[in-house]
Amino acid sequence: MMTSYLFRTLDAKAGVFVALLLAVTLLVPVLNLAVPEGSFFHVPTYAVTLMGKYLTYALLALSVDLVWGYCGILSLGHGAFFALGGYAMGMYLMRQIGTRGVYGDPVLPDFMVFLNWKELPWYWYGFDMAWFAFLMVLVVPGVLAFVFGWFAFRSRVTGVYLSIITQALTYALLLAFFRNDMGFGGNNGLTDFKDILGFNVQEDTTRAGLFVASGLAVIVCFLICRFVTRSKLGKVLVAVRDAESRTRFLGYRVEHYKLFVWVLSAMMAGIAGALYVPQVGIINPGEFAPANSIEVVIWVAVGGRGTLVGAVLGAVLVNFSKTWFTAALPDVWLFALGALFVVVTLFLPKGIIGTIGERYTALRDRRASARREAGVDAEPQPQPAE
Amino acid sequence: MSRQNTLLYLDGVSVSFDGFKALNELSLVIAHGEMRAIIGPNGAGKTTMMDVITGKTRPDKGDVYFDGVVDLTAEDEASIAELGIGRKFQKPTVFESHTVWDNLEMALKAPRGPFSTLFHIISGAEKKRIEELLDLIRLSSKRDELAANLSHGQKQWLEIGMLLAQDPKLLLVDEPAAGMTDAETMETAELLKDIARTHSVVVVEHDMHFIRALGVKVTCLAEGSVLAEGSLDHVSADERVIETYLGR
Repeated sequence: MMTSYLFRTLDAKAGVFVALLLAVTLLVPVLNLAVPEGSFFHVPTYAVTLMGKYLTYALLALSVDLVWGYCGILSLGHGAFFALGGYAMGMYLMRQIGTRGVYGDPVLPDFMVFLNWKELPWYWYGFDMAWFAFLMVLVVPGVLAFVFGWFAFRSRVTGVYLSIITQALTYALLLAFFRNDMGFGGNNGLTDFKDILGFNVQEDTTRAGLFVASGLAVIVCFLICRFVTRSKLGKVLVAVRDAESRTRFLGYRVEHYKLFVWVLSAMMAGIAGALYVPQVGIINPGEFAPANSIEVVIWVAVGGRGTLVGAVLGAVLVNFSKTWFTAALPDVWLFALGALFVVVTLFLPKGIIGTIGERYTALRDRRASARREAGVDAEPQPQPAE
Repeated sequence: MSRQNTLLYLDGVSVSFDGFKALNELSLVIAHGEMRAIIGPNGAGKTTMMDVITGKTRPDKGDVYFDGVVDLTAEDEASIAELGIGRKFQKPTVFESHTVWDNLEMALKAPRGPFSTLFHIISGAEKKRIEELLDLIRLSSKRDELAANLSHGQKQWLEIGMLLAQDPKLLLVDEPAAGMTDAETMETAELLKDIARTHSVVVVEHDMHFIRALGVKVTCLAEGSVLAEGSLDHVSADERVIETYLGR
């Protein structure tokens, strides 16, 4: 049984991809920590952190591809789950500061002292413990996704209407988190982190460790996505994407399938956010901005929706060019992003990976038919029954 | 016939859309093991009737019972399919981005919950059943083709195969011969007669040759209610049927 699960999850192509990711995950920290500065092969720490950030984006893109590419749910609000995971991690990191804050209060984070709060709000309890905070990274986005999905999918809200309410969801959270009396640091969010699990977040080794954690998270979630999408459940998801009501008439409860994949995806987005926050050093309500969520959809579209590998590739490529553009030609970036989306939609509707896959299949079919015509290794033709 | 002994029991069913009465006090009874053909002009309510039976449309009034006791008006599509009512649509709707094999595998009678399908591994018995069905619908050589690449007739047959894979008690078959050649139409009639030996079947069709080849009891619908019922000869001799449907 395990072997057939393994065989289903990993084929040759997925194996190569995982091996590549693993190599990057392990090699970059080595080149950063073990290779002396000034050497050609040395990777500076800022680059490690930057690449770590790309990896968390890749994970977010993976989660969007799971719901959009395989189940047809175009979420324009996945940034909300990402940010909630990030806030859960941020709350843990805030509680780790302890007396080292500006006001030196052992329990209250600086912004609460500043607001003249006397005690910790109840929903901050437990976040001083890593296990609890890390659990909340999964639970908070998961529960929100479950409640949202339960109502939306049961009421059969689909297509553009669903996209709009996901957008409204993240916008509502943006406004809520902006408020100071929510107790999440308002406009400024959570920042000035010191330690994670007892390690200084500024240290090179900690940064390398976070990079490795991000790489491993992408690999594990990629394998989970493969396991899900290659199962019979995955086939049902695609059936829902292509012909929802037909799937119902086969006896599948479409809303349960959507809910399952939606919650799974939200949890992955939460993990991505949790790994993002210690690497960039801040989480603020800006992460809830609807534009962020839309950008994720662009990454997936560029890489190729419904391919998983494409989502990872798209996220890394687009963000790498964003880094390059915003440094070299800061005014042009938004135009470049817009142009990229237009070009991909017009010329590569299946994205990079999707287009490559299509070309490959077409080539293989052409070769096979050429071989048959030449009479070499001709397949036995079905004979008409007499 | 009392309700308890029927497979499908519709009594006084009415459905209206924006004032248009699609079904008007429709009553229809299908016995266990029966095959019934439904004919009628466009807009007679044939497809609406199927929608009501399969839970897609809720009737404004009237009773719909399956197996004598199950009130279908209280169930949704998925649970009605689980109860054992399979439907083939007028326009063939197969899952185009799946292979023929996967289409059948998904239709195959098995637990339908997300966690059962997530950990599902296809068994030898299931493979054998799919292979039998592929033989029956003559798509064995196309098993790894995407359903999108099938011809119209092949899609119709695949959909009939999917219906059989569900192993329903009652099959609702909407225009199975639409768009088929004469030879294919006759083959489809044979296939359905074969199926009717072990299942109850309701067939909606326009093609009179096809209906004749089936050789079963016919119900003619018009304006949402039953116009005539009986053998094909009896129905086609009915004055009102000739008036509204067959033409003079």
